[in-house]
Amino acid sequence: MTQIENVSRRKFLQGAFGAGAFVLAVRHARFIPSILAQGAPLDWQSEADRAAFHPNLFVGIQPDGTVYIIAHRSEMGTVIRTSLPLVLADELDADWKRVKIDQGIGDKRYGDQNTDGSQSVRRFFTTMRECGATARLMLLQAAAARWNVPAAECSTELHVVVHKASGRRLAYGDLAADASHLPVPKKEDLQLKKPADWRYIGKGAKSVDLENLCTGKAVFGMDARMEGMVYASIEHPPVFGGKVKTVDDQETLKVAGVRQTVSIDPFKPPAAFQPLGGVAVIADNTWAAFQGRKKLKITWDNGPNETYDSAEYKKELRETSHKPGKVIRSVGDSDKTFPTENVVEADYYVPLLAHTPMEPLVALAEFKDGKVTAWAPTQNPQAVQAIVSSQLGIAKEDVVCHVTFLGGGFGRKSKPDYVAEAAVLSKKLGRPVKVVWKREDDVQFDYYNAVAAMYMKAAVDEKGKPTAWLQRSVFPPISSIFDVTQVYGDPPHLAQGWTDLPYDLPSIRIENGPAQAHVRIGWLRSVANIYHGFAVQCFTDELAHRAHRDPVEYQLDLIGPPRTLDFTGVTYPNYGADYKTYPWETGRLRGVIESVAEKSGWAKKKNGKGHGFGFAAHRSFLTYVATVVEVEISDDGTIRIPRVDTAVDAGIVVNPEALRAQFEGAAVFGTSIVRTGEITAKNGIIQQSNFNDYPVARIHEAPAHTNVYITESSAPPAGVGEPGVPPFVAAFCNAIFAATGKRVRDLPLSSNGNFD
Amino acid sequence: MIGFSVNGKRVDLEVDPSTPLLWVIREQLGLTGTKYGCGVAQCGACTVHINGEAVRSCVAPVSRAAGTSVTTIEGLSPDLSHPLQRAWLEEDVPQCGYCQSGQLMSAAVLLREKPAPSDEDIDEAMTGNICRCGTYPRIRKAIHRAAEMVAKGGAR
Ligand code: FES
Ligand code: FES
Repeated sequence: MTQIENVSRRKFLQGAFGAGAFVLAVRHARFIPSILAQGAPLDWQSEADRAAFHPNLFVGIQPDGTVYIIAHRSEMGTVIRTSLPLVLADELDADWKRVKIDQGIGDKRYGDQNTDGSQSVRRFFTTMRECGATARLMLLQAAAARWNVPAAECSTELHVVVHKASGRRLAYGDLAADASHLPVPKKEDLQLKKPADWRYIGKGAKSVDLENLCTGKAVFGMDARMEGMVYASIEHPPVFGGKVKTVDDQETLKVAGVRQTVSIDPFKPPAAFQPLGGVAVIADNTWAAFQGRKKLKITWDNGPNETYDSAEYKKELRETSHKPGKVIRSVGDSDKTFPTENVVEADYYVPLLAHTPMEPLVALAEFKDGKVTAWAPTQNPQAVQAIVSSQLGIAKEDVVCHVTFLGGGFGRKSKPDYVAEAAVLSKKLGRPVKVVWKREDDVQFDYYNAVAAMYMKAAVDEKGKPTAWLQRSVFPPISSIFDVTQVYGDPPHLAQGWTDLPYDLPSIRIENGPAQAHVRIGWLRSVANIYHGFAVQCFTDELAHRAHRDPVEYQLDLIGPPRTLDFTGVTYPNYGADYKTYPWETGRLRGVIESVAEKSGWAKKKNGKGHGFGFAAHRSFLTYVATVVEVEISDDGTIRIPRVDTAVDAGIVVNPEALRAQFEGAAVFGTSIVRTGEITAKNGIIQQSNFNDYPVARIHEAPAHTNVYITESSAPPAGVGEPGVPPFVAAFCNAIFAATGKRVRDLPLSSNGNFD
Repeated sequence: MIGFSVNGKRVDLEVDPSTPLLWVIREQLGLTGTKYGCGVAQCGACTVHINGEAVRSCVAPVSRAAGTSVTTIEGLSPDLSHPLQRAWLEEDVPQCGYCQSGQLMSAAVLLREKPAPSDEDIDEAMTGNICRCGTYPRIRKAIHRAAEMVAKGGAR
C-alpha cells in the first residue's frame, strides 16, 4: 500500500530543496556522490525514524521546474533507474529532460528494495503512476486556485498546467510553492492516464546513466572512498563452515603497506548472510592487502563439509531422483502404477553455478558513534541494514546503506555478507574499512545456484504423445542457508518451471526429493527455472524427435488449447504475485511460440550435419518466452551461434529497448551456462577460482545476433531480467541435438568431453 | 620514483615498482574508470593504453609504464567525442557498465589499426574483454558504427 504525504512544510527538507519547493513523500536522499570526501551525516536518518508511515515513493519539484524522482531499486544494468522514474514522470506529465534521478538509500518506507526476481516494474508500476498522478493533480489544483477557475477546466501539458478557455498557462515550477500547501488528494480522486495517452511508457528512454558509464565516471562499489579508510582482503575458511585453528601472520606483516591482521569470527549456523569468518589483512591499499594474504599461514578446522565431493554428490542426487519423492502436484490417475509400455526415461543434470558479476564483491563501511554508514553495490540495501544491525548489535535504523552502481549482480549482491564484513571490521578498527574480494574469493565463496538432478519419464501413445508423465527433481534448497535442516525444495523454487508444467495430459506426477547442502545455495538469474526448464524443454524435444514430429507442433499439442492453469489444491506461489492478476495462461505461451516460429521462419529451417535449430518455450517471472537457437558446429567441435530469435510476452513493457538488451544478455548468460558453467568441489574445497577455470562466454562464443520480438499486450507488466535464460539454455541444447544427434543431458558441454 | 604521463599529465610516484599499474591508477591517482575484474589478464576490465598499445594493467607492473605515456578511459576523450563513445551511446551498449571502460579501450586500438574491421577482426581484438551482462552484439554493432563515422570523416 502506498501512502503519500505532503511534507513540504517540514523543516528538515528545506536544506535539500529551496523554501517553497513542492515535495511529495519523505526525504531527499543524497545523490550518489562522485567521490566521497567523508562519511555521510546521519542526522537525517533520525528524521527517517520519526517519519512513521507506510512505504512510499518520492517526487520533488523545485521552483525552477526541476523534478527529482527517487530510484529506490538498484542499478545493475537493467536500466531500472530510468524505467521506473519514467513511469512516474509519465503520469506527472513531466518533461523528461527536466527530471533528475536520485538514488534512494536502504529504507523500509520505500517498500521492497530487493532488486531481484525481475519484479521492480511489476511491483511498483501502479505506485509510481499514483505518485506521479498525485503530484500532477495537486499542481493542477494549485493553478485552478490561482486562476480562480474550477480544476475540472484545467489540464496539463508537458510541465505546465493549462486553462484552455482563457489560454492561460503556468509552469510546474511556478506552482510548486502553492501546491505544497494543498492536502494530498485521496487515491480515489486520482485520474490515471489511459494507455493511449502515455508519453513514455511503452516508448522508453535511454538510460540516464549512459554517459557516465561510457566515460568511467559512474561510481561503482569498487570506486567508493572515504577519508581515512583502510583496505581489507579476507582469507575465508576454504570449506564452508570451517574455522581458523591457528594463524601465523609474521610474513604478512612484513609486506609493505600491510598494517595488521584481524580475525573474523565464524558464523553461527544457519549462515544466512553472516560473514563466513576467517582472517582479514588490513592495508593501505588493495594490492598490499592481496599480497599480505599470500603470506598468511593458517591452519583450518574444516568441519563436516570436508567430505563434500561434487562427483560423488552427483551420483547421490541421481540415485535419489530414481526413488519416489514428495508429490508436489498430481493430475489425473498419476497414483496408479506407471504404464510399462512405450516408456521413455531420461536423466538431466545441472551443476552448481557461480554468479561472477563483473565487479567482484566489495563494500565500504564506517562504524562511528554507534552507527554505521555503508556504501555498497547491493541489490538489497534493507538486507544490509538487517545483517549489519544484527552483527554489530545496533538498531537497523542506525545503519545507513547507500547504494552505488553495481557492476552486475545476478542475485549475488542480494546477499550482503560482504557488507557485513566491512562493518564488522570497521567496528574493530575504529575507522572506515573497504573490503575487496578477489575474483578468486568471488568464485569460491559464492551462494551457488543449486546443483540439480532431474529424472523424467513418459509413456507415449502411437502418435508419441504422453499418456502419463512423471518428473522428479532433487536439489539442495536455498532455504538451507536459513535453516540447516531443510532438504526439500521450497514452494517458491519448485514453482519455477516445475510445479507449473503447462501440458494438458491425462496423468501428470511432479515430485521432489531431498538433498543436503554442503555449500551456500542462493538464487542466480532465473534460479530454479534454469534446471527445471532445461529438463522439461529438452525432454519434450526428445519425445518430439522420437515421434518424428516437429518440436514446435509437438509442444503446442502438449500444451493443448488456451486455458488458465488450475492450481486448486497445489501450492503455487506464482512469483509472489496475485494469481487473479497474473494467471498462468497457456494461450499466451502458445502466442509466443507461434510468434517465434513465424518470425524465425521455423517451418523452412533445415537441420544438416553440424548445423541445427533448437526450440524451447518457458514461462518464468510471469513472462512468456519462446526461443529458437541456431548453431553451427565445425568438425573440430567449435560451436558458433549465428542467430537467436526470441519472442516475449511480458505484458505492458515500459522500456522496450531495455527489454531487448536484457534478452540479448540472457542469451549470452545462457551460453555460459551451457558451454562451461560448472563449479565442482573436492574435500569440500571449490575447484575453480577465476575466469580461466570458470570461463564465461566471450564475444566470439556468444550469439552473433539475437532478435527479440515483443508481443503487444495490455496485461499488467511482468519480469524481463531473468525470463530469457531458461528457454535459451534448453533451445541451445536442442539445437546441438539437431546439428549432431547428440543429446545434452548433463551440463555443461565442457564436462562432457564432446565439445571443445 | 617512477615517472610517466597519464592522460597527458606528468606524474612522479613513490611506489614499489612491482605494484600493478591498475592499483596505482585507481588508488594513487584516483582514476577509478579503469576496473579490477580478475587480476590475472583474463577479463580486460583493466585495459589501458601504454604508448597507444592496449595493456592489461592488472598484470603490468608500474615499472613498465616508466617514461611512457599512459591513457585511461578518462583520457580517451574529455567530452565523449571519441567516435566509439558516440557509437556506444547511440547503440545503448552498456548494461551494468563495469566492463565498458576496458571494452572501449580495446576497441580504440582495434579501430586505429583497422579502420574498417570485419566481424572476425572484432572477435579477435575483443575476445580478451569479458562482458558478463552480455552486451557483445551491441559492442559489435557500435564498433562498426564508429568505423563508419570515422570513414565519413565525422570524427577524428
Ligand atoms: S582485471 Fe585485468 S584482465 Fe581482468
Ligand atoms: S556491461 Fe556489465 S559486464 Fe559488461
